[in-house]
Amino acid sequence: MDFKFENVDEDFRSEIKDFVEKELPWNWREQDLDPEDEKDSILVREFKRKLGDQGWLTMAWPKEYGGQQASHMRQVVFNEEMAYRGISAGDAGIRMVGPILMLYGTDEQKEQFLPKIASAEIAWSQGYSEPDSGSDLASLQTRAVEDGDDFVVSGSKIWNSAHADSDWMFMLVRTEPDAPKHRGISFVLTELEGQEGVTIEKIPMMWDAYRGLVTFDNVRVPKKNLVGEQNRGWYVGAALLDFERSGVDRPARAKRVLEDLVAFCKENKKNGRLLADDPVIRNELADLAVQIETTRLMCYNVAWMQSQDLIPNKEASITKVYGTEMINRLYGLGVKIMGMYGQLDPDSKWAPLKGRIENAWLRSFGGMVAAGTSEIQRNVIAQRGLELPRG
Amino acid sequence: MDLGLNEAQQMLKTTAQDFLSTECPDTYVREMEGDERGYTPELWAKIAEQGWLGLIIPEQYGGVELEFQDLVVLLEEMGRYMLPGPFFSTVVLGGMSIMDAGSEEQKQEYLPRIAEGQIIMTLALTEPSARWDAAGVELTAKAEGDSYILNGTKLFVPNAHVSDYMVVAAKTGSSDEDISLFVVPSQSDGISQTLLKTIASDRQSEVVFDNVKVSSSALLGNENKGWETIKKVMQWGAIGKCAEMSGGGQQVLDMTVDYAKQRTQFGRPIGSFQAIQHHCANMATDVEGSKFITYQAAWRLSEGLPAEREVAMAKAWVSDAYRRVCALGHQSHGAIGFTKEHNMQLYSRRAKASEIMFGDTDFHLENVAEIIGL
Repeated sequence: MDFKFENVDEDFRSEIKDFVEKELPWNWREQDLDPEDEKDSILVREFKRKLGDQGWLTMAWPKEYGGQQASHMRQVVFNEEMAYRGISAGDAGIRMVGPILMLYGTDEQKEQFLPKIASAEIAWSQGYSEPDSGSDLASLQTRAVEDGDDFVVSGSKIWNSAHADSDWMFMLVRTEPDAPKHRGISFVLTELEGQEGVTIEKIPMMWDAYRGLVTFDNVRVPKKNLVGEQNRGWYVGAALLDFERSGVDRPARAKRVLEDLVAFCKENKKNGRLLADDPVIRNELADLAVQIETTRLMCYNVAWMQSQDLIPNKEASITKVYGTEMINRLYGLGVKIMGMYGQLDPDSKWAPLKGRIENAWLRSFGGMVAAGTSEIQRNVIAQRGLELPRG
Repeated sequence: MDLGLNEAQQMLKTTAQDFLSTECPDTYVREMEGDERGYTPELWAKIAEQGWLGLIIPEQYGGVELEFQDLVVLLEEMGRYMLPGPFFSTVVLGGMSIMDAGSEEQKQEYLPRIAEGQIIMTLALTEPSARWDAAGVELTAKAEGDSYILNGTKLFVPNAHVSDYMVVAAKTGSSDEDISLFVVPSQSDGISQTLLKTIASDRQSEVVFDNVKVSSSALLGNENKGWETIKKVMQWGAIGKCAEMSGGGQQVLDMTVDYAKQRTQFGRPIGSFQAIQHHCANMATDVEGSKFITYQAAWRLSEGLPAEREVAMAKAWVSDAYRRVCALGHQSHGAIGFTKEHNMQLYSRRAKASEIMFGDTDFHLENVAEIIGL
């Protein structure tokens, strides 16, 4: 047993802190920024570029692809510090498309995409879920029919970020409808920008954001954009990628929220009594602090297992299900503590903590559904982890 | 970072599993539930032979001189096999009190005998107020010449009935924390004991001290400084209990998963139903969390690092988690799990006892609240 990070990793943590303090306004939180505000979006873009210049965004990548081959625990440090500071660092390109191309891509694909992924020139959108294929993803119906040098793609992809100026989509499409469902799927890269037959709709969510719905109507995708073997796309998409995937950003983010709530309770009263003096609130906030700590340790274990070449299977599902549910409870407690004020939208002048608790609470329900629902995760824990029989 | 067990710990764990599965099967646990002593001297002697009683006692006093985190690995298995008897009270409560506060002479006197299994010890701390803070200690010790006279009542004293010595916390001054510790022979004149009937069929007693005279050489550590030691013993005790609960939780999970694979209803194993699978997944999550939150605190205590935060968080989490694990274990087992014949109830009764020992969840959450700045 040894719960200490290596000294070099602790030094790295200080380096990040110093860097962020120098580069960003005090008390920065990306979620507070207004995406419509040009000043804010320039600030975000500039800062991302600086993170990229440090080589930190691709620190998990192998050296031959311009990465730093950083250890899993060092990635944990980076991801913790970024999440705690409300910075979203690392997108789907860096975390998924890049590593998948390194494993399965052709030389041409690597050359074409990796540098642009590393410099965040391409914004990626994920094309997995469909209106009729959610948890049962392998039932997906978007068809890709071979035609000369192209695939002709028809169908729709939902819950993505295509509406937000995504340039490309990495997607799972059905290339062999008669094969068993997992074996007729291919992984392709599709350019969205200026593509004929692509329609993108914005779906307003109950929190302050949109998700994309993309319809493909006979869209031509060159065969050279097929990644891996045709009809083996399910396994390409499900590849275990060797970056830190403990979900440690959740407890790190939660720690910041808890600190905000503690500060709030020390400054605000309810029924004439300071919230921080209310025994029920003390108990509930402390309980969340314990849940955050336990989540953090379980996440460390996932990354540590990866560092030992062990495959975290049930462990990774445990951190996902527990982490997202913990976040939901935390924000739920936050809005509860705020009482009448807990209902105020971010743009209200009366909204405590800029309304970020209310909005994040609504969003936190999405966390328990996205990327494998809590139910699917529990199935994985039970069936793969505990070897209970499939129903 | 190394979140696994080291080689020696892995070996200790395997040895403990081998030993306890042979020497402490559920038949023994059940027999001891109704036994007057609550353990057999034969097994006690074998445990001493394993070197476990002296596991963390320094070599110079006849021990093996391993660390607290190693003891935690052992306690995890003791929790899994529900080892009955005075191991915990002797090693963690009595032994560690003496290791912390004892003079050289006292260490020489008691520690080798603990390591060899010659004496059984306990800690007499809590009283009818059932408080875990210093204000809960009202039993008085008055200096009288070369002696002290103890008067008061201790309640929930584990294994007092079979103990040779009790470390007694007594009030020796006017403020709450003016507390001193005494090593008192359990058979001293003026001590009377009554066994309590408890949920876990463990052996806790009411111990009344009526003008009990002890020599001043029985004073453990400095006068009025005993609470410093008690605070540490409470940390070790809390984490020791967390380890037992963590091991017990693992066993309840394993039992439940096995049962879910075998038990058939509607023509299929109940473990193939999502409802049962999700119960098991929730249990696995609680067990996983229990392990790491316990290990973190155990590691800090071993390293001598400040651990108030980590201990409070661990005891708060594991106390609740083990009870949840047992509740889902029962739910998944159905009626058979409630029967005396089934082992489920052995665990769920012990879960409740461990949950409230050395502070329950609410007690520790209040500590956490202060630590996070509330």
